[in-house]
Amino acid sequence: MKKALRWVALALLLGGGTYWAALGAHRGWTQTSVAVKQIDDVTGLEGIVYRRQFVPGLDFLGATVLLAGVVAASSFLIPAKIAKSP
Amino acid sequence: MRMKKIYILTLALAALTRVSTAAPLDFDFKDPKGVNNAVFKLDAPLEAINGSANGITGKIRFDPDAPGSVTGKIIVASESLHVPNPMMKEHLQSPAWLDVAKFPEIVFESKSIKNAHTTGNTTTAEVTGSLTIRGIAKEITVPVKFTYLKDKLGSRVPNLKGDLLVVRAAFPIKRSDYGINPKAPEDKVSDAIELVLSIAGAAPQ
Repeated sequence: MKKALRWVALALLLGGGTYWAALGAHRGWTQTSVAVKQIDDVTGLEGIVYRRQFVPGLDFLGATVLLAGVVAASSFLIPAKIAKSP
Repeated sequence: MRMKKIYILTLALAALTRVSTAAPLDFDFKDPKGVNNAVFKLDAPLEAINGSANGITGKIRFDPDAPGSVTGKIIVASESLHVPNPMMKEHLQSPAWLDVAKFPEIVFESKSIKNAHTTGNTTTAEVTGSLTIRGIAKEITVPVKFTYLKDKLGSRVPNLKGDLLVVRAAFPIKRSDYGINPKAPEDKVSDAIELVLSIAGAAPQ
């Protein structure tokens, strides 16, 4: 059980970090929309529309690290198996 | 010879009459294409906040023969201000910040114009007017660039004839001047807000 929790903590840490890095390693707050610029040919104006997209930020990464830490710490609360006497 | 002089005089008078009766045009800035936008940027030491608004309406009276005599009013719907982080957007619209429920509009109304220079279809000028945010009105002077596009409305909106007026402006304001959460720490939320307005209005014939 102790080992399993530690493996889960490691998976959370690596999974969260990989997910954050894969989606752009955004160093601001988590975003749920992304600005897309569109040029209007006639006026030359740059219009802005927002596309729904999840971009995890440093707060997401922080939450993942915290959760992994809590899971890893909880493994220490589980008593070690008492070796059976022969 | 006498007939020729009368003919020339008549032509000149006709031309003068035409010029003097050219009326200023009213441009409507409710954009059917949704391109019009106002961008806001706050760059604090610890955090940068960027967003935009697209709920723009208003009217500007512009005379192509006298570009230095512009008057008008531009309105931004407070609720249309958007930032990519949903919690930040909720805070932005809350009573401590813009209080969009109580103050649904941000309004700029021009009062006077000076230093107008026209080159081709482009006029640059300094427009002084009243900017109202959260119900607080402050007089500011803004450098503005007007581009008059004659007969270009049809290229943008099919089946419509008329002219377009493109307005561009970039200017700073202070958050504290308008009571936008003055208690917020300046290392996280800058007091200086850079505004960039990019809008086009139409005057159908």
